[in-house]
Order: sequence, then C-alpha cells, then structure tokens
Amino acid sequence: MFDKTLTAAAVAATIEDGMTVGVGGWGPRRKPMALVRELLRSPVKDLTVVAYGGPEVGMLCAAGKVRKLTYGFVSLDAIPVEPWFRRAREAGAFEARELDEGLLQWGLRAAAMRVPFLPTPVGLASDVMSFNPDFRTVRSPYDDAEVLLAMPALKLDVALLHVDRADRRGNVQTLGPDPYFDELFARAAARCYVSCEELVDRIDASHAADARFNLVERSYITGVVPARFGAHPTSNPPAYGWDMEHLRAYCALATQEQGWLTYRAQHLAGSEADYLARAGGESRLAALPVPVF
Amino acid sequence: MGAPVTLAELAIAAASEAWRGDGEVLASGIGVVPRLAASLAKLTHSPELMMTDAEAHLVEEPVPLGPRGTYQPKFSGSMSFARVFDCVWGGRRHVMIGPIQIDRYGQTNLSGIGDRVRPKVQMLGMRGLPGNSMCHANSMFVTAHSKRVFVPGEVDIVGGVGYNPARWPAGANSSHVDLRLIVSDLCVMDFGGTGHAIRVRSLHPGVTLDAVRQASGFPLEAAGQPPATAMPTEEQLAIIHRLDPHDLRAGVFKGNPLVGAGTAA
Repeated sequence: MFDKTLTAAAVAATIEDGMTVGVGGWGPRRKPMALVRELLRSPVKDLTVVAYGGPEVGMLCAAGKVRKLTYGFVSLDAIPVEPWFRRAREAGAFEARELDEGLLQWGLRAAAMRVPFLPTPVGLASDVMSFNPDFRTVRSPYDDAEVLLAMPALKLDVALLHVDRADRRGNVQTLGPDPYFDELFARAAARCYVSCEELVDRIDASHAADARFNLVERSYITGVVPARFGAHPTSNPPAYGWDMEHLRAYCALATQEQGWLTYRAQHLAGSEADYLARAGGESRLAALPVPVF
Repeated sequence: MGAPVTLAELAIAAASEAWRGDGEVLASGIGVVPRLAASLAKLTHSPELMMTDAEAHLVEEPVPLGPRGTYQPKFSGSMSFARVFDCVWGGRRHVMIGPIQIDRYGQTNLSGIGDRVRPKVQMLGMRGLPGNSMCHANSMFVTAHSKRVFVPGEVDIVGGVGYNPARWPAGANSSHVDLRLIVSDLCVMDFGGTGHAIRVRSLHPGVTLDAVRQASGFPLEAAGQPPATAMPTEEQLAIIHRLDPHDLRAGVFKGNPLVGAGTAA
C-alpha cells in the first residue's frame, strides 16, 4: 500500500546530530509542535535550525539542541521577544545567523530551485553581512553592473510542517488565511515531514473541493504524522488559536535557573496524548479562540 | 470647544501625514499609533492607499483595533506574508515602525542592544528592516525621544539601512532608500537636511527646539524656528475614536498626557 504515515517518534529518530532542520509556520502560528516535542524528547543535538521563529526555537534552545540558528526573528507576537531564545542568545549559546525575513525565503527558494544563490540588493549596507561573514556579493553581468548580495541556498536536511489535512500518500492542505513559507521549506529540504490535524485515506475522494489549499505537491512530502492539535500551543486558524495562557507560563519559566527542567517535567514527560490531556484536553483546545489583530 | 486632545491623538494625526501623496502603495503601520495613522491617512487625504487587516487580507475599509464586536472586516484581496515580501522588494509599500535605535544616517535597529556577537539585550531580530529600508519608503515612530533612541555614532546593530556612505559597497544601488518622517513624543522630523540629515519640522505644543536637541544624540537641523505640530481636527479625532474603540492609544505614552489647550483645531 502507498502509505507515508509514521509516528512523530519515528520522524525524530531520522534526525541526526548536526543536521539542518527547517521549521514551517510563522512565530506562534501553525508550528509543527508535536514533531518538535519528539525532537525535544530525543537525544539529538548540534542542530542548525532555520525558521521564522516561534516557541519551537525557544524550546530547542532551552533544551540545548541548537548549534546554529538562521532566523529573521523569534517572536510569540503578543510576547514580542521569545524569552528562551533571548536567554540563549545573550548567553552566546548558539551561532546567530540573523537575516532579513525576505532573505530567508530567498535562500530557501535558491535551494528549492537548485541554484547556489539568488541575487538581491537586500542585506547590503546592513549587519546582515556581519552576522553572515560567508556571504558574498556578485556584479550584474549586464550593463547596469549593479553589485548585489548573492544569497546562498539554504539547503535543509529535513523540513517539519504542520497542516490541517493530509492523506496517506502525502497530499496536504492548509485551510488558514496564510500558507506562510511552508511550500519553500518543503522544496528546500531533502526530506519533509508533516503533522496533520486530520488524516484521510484519499484526499481526492473526500476533499477535492479544497484542492486549492494544497500547500505543495506530494512528491515533496516524505512522511505524514497524524497529530490532532499538533500545533498547540501555537495557533492553527481557522481551527484554533494560540494558547497564550500556556505560552505565558512557559515564558515565565525562562527567568528561573531550572525553568526548562520544570517545563519538561510538566509538559513533555510521557506521550503526546499525555501532553494534550495536561494542556486541557480536546474540549479546551478546540475552544481556543483565533486571535483578532 | 471640542473634546480634549491627547498627545497620542496629536501624534496619530501628525504621523498620518507620512503617507500623503504616496499613491497606491501598501501602507503598513506597525504598532498602535502607526496603524491608526495609516488608517487615518486612508480615510482622509489618501484613499488610494492599500491596507491589510493586520493578518493576511487587503481591506478598503481600515479595520478597528482590538476586539471587534459585530464588525466584520470586508476583504478586497489577499496579502499573505509572501505577497508582502513581493510588495516590499517591488517597492510599492511605505511602512512606519518603532525602532529601538535610530542614528544620524537614519539607520535603525530592532535586533538588540550591545555587541552583535554577544548582545547585552536581544530584541526582535532584523525582521524585515534591511529589505524595507532598501526597497521602499520608511517612516518611524518613537514613544520616548531620548539619546537612548537617537543614538550618537551608529546604532548598535544596523537592521534598516540609511544614508551612511561608509556602509555601502561600491557598485550597490542605494537609489531606492527613501526615509521620510519621524514622529516622536516631542516633535516631527524628516530627512530634508544637508545630505539627508535629520531636520526638525515641527514641535509639539510646549516643546522647545533646545529640549529636542538635548534629547538627541546627534545634531539636528532646523530651518529657523519650527512651527507647532498641527492639532488634529474634529474630523480626524472622530475617525481616531471610531478606529480605536478600546482606547489602546491611551497606553502609548506614559501618563497619556493632553497637549496644548487640550482641544481640537
């Protein structure tokens, strides 16, 4: 049978020390947290993480798994600076590859298109160049002779995404208002795993009318993990909003020396089902309101 | 006599001038005052501006801030983050943000304070500053005008680029850098001085040019004695009240002070 389903633990087991892992979503929005939680439970270390960062970056930093971070921001929106990220950064715990947000997707696009770089003026004259001392410039071969940044391809070993719906073949749909840059994360990665709110046998049989919400074609999807509420505590509109109560408690622990051990013991001990039960169970999670801006 | 006017309302009206005459660009105001200012611009002098619902859609009617009750935004189009980036790099946008530091060249910082490698305080990160500043019009809003914001020398980490020739590699195209207005709690400034130097355009009621200069870490130009910042009109105030029904603007400046005689122009 043509079936890409597997468990989150099986995904985590494929991620080796030193790999480059891209995480989809945006800040506290539609992050593949069930997959990240399995990474947090695994012994993996020395990761290079590429993300429009939210709590997954803070948690991976807190757990000491990040050697290098490529990011434009790490934010929880209502909590502007992710405090665990801040703490790790101020401690010099990882190599910071800070980028303009647009450059991050440009680097993913270069990887997706299998070119070594894509040109852009963006980044020049800013400290993007000092955060990334290996970045080079190119001169336009045309009459303008403009000097541009050659944004290098951000090749990912693995991309992790969360979607609303998937089938066993890896056809995926996101129903929220913004697909973010998940498509490029998938295309830039050698392997891409998605967690999904709902697993169906054949999406063409059950949800053909939603085909325009197809994030990326299934040839880029390596594996599918059923994970209802798998984005919690981040939002997954229109199904549910972020869990600001959970996020605030998590952030408050960042000021405590043993704060991460506390979070781990409170939330990561046991299975994903245990996690969801402790987070309030289905009735509470399904009722988390989608934020209004 | 009209309703009392707060400093926040004065700043919103002053900041709305940033977008005057911009045409069909995406007007992005990040934060309470910039967002209300962009919305006010669209509802008064510049209806051709484009605007989002602060999430992923375009709207022709600016969306009020905060919980909306029965109000339903009416979407006119899509503005995903991917489209915002395309819009940024294509140059059809004018954003107003509140940087943590601004220097004499208009370079801005949202990344952090102190050393880049080991910052004393990590802030947001570069976000879109390098691209915004390189590609389209940019204005700034500052809640507490001081030398900690308007820093001597350069900002600690250059996110937004500016008019500092030393930072630009030979052959790079800086012609799209377009720094416009700075609105602070003390005054309105622009980049119309000598060689794009920052210049005081108007002073908020009760503020002197000396006080502004003493609160800035670098020299500010001024053409003679700057006029007083215009008080918002009754029409502008009515729009501001309607767009900010929960009075989020009251939390922008410490103590939510009133300005001048405390009544609309």
